[in-house]
Amino acid sequence: MDFITADQLTRAYGSGDSTVMAITDVSFMIEAGEFVAVMGESGAGKSTLLSIMGAMNTPTGGVYTVDGIDVYNLGQEQRADFRREFLGFIFQSFHLVPYLNVIENVMLPLTTVRLRRREKETMAMQALSWVGLETKAKRLPNQISGGEKERVAIARAIVNDPPILLADEPTGNLDSRNTQEVMELLQRLNEAGTTVIMVTHSAECAGYARRRLEMSDGRLVNNGAAEPLESPRKKAPAIRAA
Amino acid sequence: MRIKDIAIKNLLRRKGKAAFVLAGLVIGVATVVAIISYVDAMTADINEKLEKYGANILIVPRTDNLALSYGGITLGGVSYEMQEIRQAEVLKIGSIKNNKNIAAVGPIVLGGVDTGGRRVLMAGVDFEAAEILKPWWKVAGAYPRSNQALLGSEVARVLGIATGGTVMVDGQPITVAGILQPTGSQDDQLIFTDLGTAQAMLGKSGVVSMVEVAALCKDCPITDMVRQISGAMPLAKVMAIQSVVKGRMETLGQFKKFSFGISAVIVLIGGLVVLVTLMGSVRERRQEIGIFRAIGFRKRNVMQIIFLEAGIVSFLAGLIGYGVGILGAALGLRLLSDSHSSGVIMDPALAGSALLIAVTVGLIASAYPAFLASRMDPNDALKAM
Repeated sequence: MDFITADQLTRAYGSGDSTVMAITDVSFMIEAGEFVAVMGESGAGKSTLLSIMGAMNTPTGGVYTVDGIDVYNLGQEQRADFRREFLGFIFQSFHLVPYLNVIENVMLPLTTVRLRRREKETMAMQALSWVGLETKAKRLPNQISGGEKERVAIARAIVNDPPILLADEPTGNLDSRNTQEVMELLQRLNEAGTTVIMVTHSAECAGYARRRLEMSDGRLVNNGAAEPLESPRKKAPAIRAA
Repeated sequence: MRIKDIAIKNLLRRKGKAAFVLAGLVIGVATVVAIISYVDAMTADINEKLEKYGANILIVPRTDNLALSYGGITLGGVSYEMQEIRQAEVLKIGSIKNNKNIAAVGPIVLGGVDTGGRRVLMAGVDFEAAEILKPWWKVAGAYPRSNQALLGSEVARVLGIATGGTVMVDGQPITVAGILQPTGSQDDQLIFTDLGTAQAMLGKSGVVSMVEVAALCKDCPITDMVRQISGAMPLAKVMAIQSVVKGRMETLGQFKKFSFGISAVIVLIGGLVVLVTLMGSVRERRQEIGIFRAIGFRKRNVMQIIFLEAGIVSFLAGLIGYGVGILGAALGLRLLSDSHSSGVIMDPALAGSALLIAVTVGLIASAYPAFLASRMDPNDALKAM
């Protein structure tokens, strides 16, 4: 069964003669547990597509569903709940909150979840342990390296055990050694059942994915061929909002 | 990790901005507190002086006078149906509703006496009450006992009698126990004896000419007490001696109103400082708010952060503002007031009000920035990074 479906998604900016089509009639389906790389040149519409998939950018046309939920039929606050329960975000620029230490940054998605502080800390330490940073939990973001920041961002994205991980150029600011470490982490997460959707320019990174969506001028030019899945598939959100 | 942890950590990171917001509110709150404390201290000072002032209620027999004056020249009056105050009536004053506010009741009997060819006014008083009613009296010698007299300074000068001497009153020798130092009032021209002695000598047993009452008017309006005494003594005319004090209180009231106006403007400016600073802060934190929204914070969660930050700073501003205001009032009293017998009053209600004003202004001023922050589009915020 298809977990994520995009049906003729269109996103236009501006109006009248100055309308710019960021993406046009993009349709695809992704099964739970897939590892998908979205590729294309700059301005192809990859990031717009990812933001739509992240429930943060309302398409001007088309329907986007996740696990049968018409995401853009939800109200703004329900979409915030959807993001918290279904999605983990990994940003290219890490986007860690500078005044919170590593474990606090990882705990951020749990802030509005009704759990005890100790439970939240345990979950955050597990996520940090997963990315190998449990010893740096009390450091501030400016006290760790770029690769470590990306791993903290991954820990933050997975702390609430979301079924979908969205990564926007996750290795864009990393050297080759850190790139490999991060990609291996994403691969392990995917093997553990998380659906990973990653925007990347890098063919090397895309090689870790089992499927490639290729975009050009806002259109999906290659839907990719899904490989059979052997790993577990995660669908239901692990936690509920407070 | 809770919302309040984020708010506190952000405040600690942006100490400069937090201090700026704090300063804006502290100035407003401190000004209000200082002005209120200063005015309260001045009011207390006036009340205290009023109590020291002595008699502030005068009871005289009710008369119907026809004033005879023309062109500003008073030609005298005609009194008729003159009622005297019976001494037993005076006791009723102690039964009025506000009797706890009565500091002293001083009945006085007046009458003219002959002192070896000179007519002098004699006043019989209760000397115990007189000590409270006339605190400005300074006596050379001692207060008189029965059949002794206290001479006003002018009487002593004219009659040439010193303390320990004898004065002949209506042919009876009376020992002068003391002489009143000059008061600048009619007292200088009187011979004072105790009430019983004067009543006997003047042939006015059981009646008094007037009654002076010292009322503690800090806790009750003097007009209430006048009304109550009038009710208890329907045949007497009861008057409040309050014109000077009233005038001063009115001036203070006007100053209070003006000061409140100034304080309101300063508090408003403090609120604007909070508003402008928080607006800037929200713009600076666009990226951070975008992250919060992207990872599932609801709008109200973002508003909670802004309101919490404003609430914490405002609460601190209330506390500090109260302290600074009290110090300011104390300094103001020391520098601006020539008499400061009453110090600054530490009023818990004012402290609570200071906190309430600070937190209310802080929260109102942060409402719009919080609203803007909550409406921030996460996609736009993240794209702007």
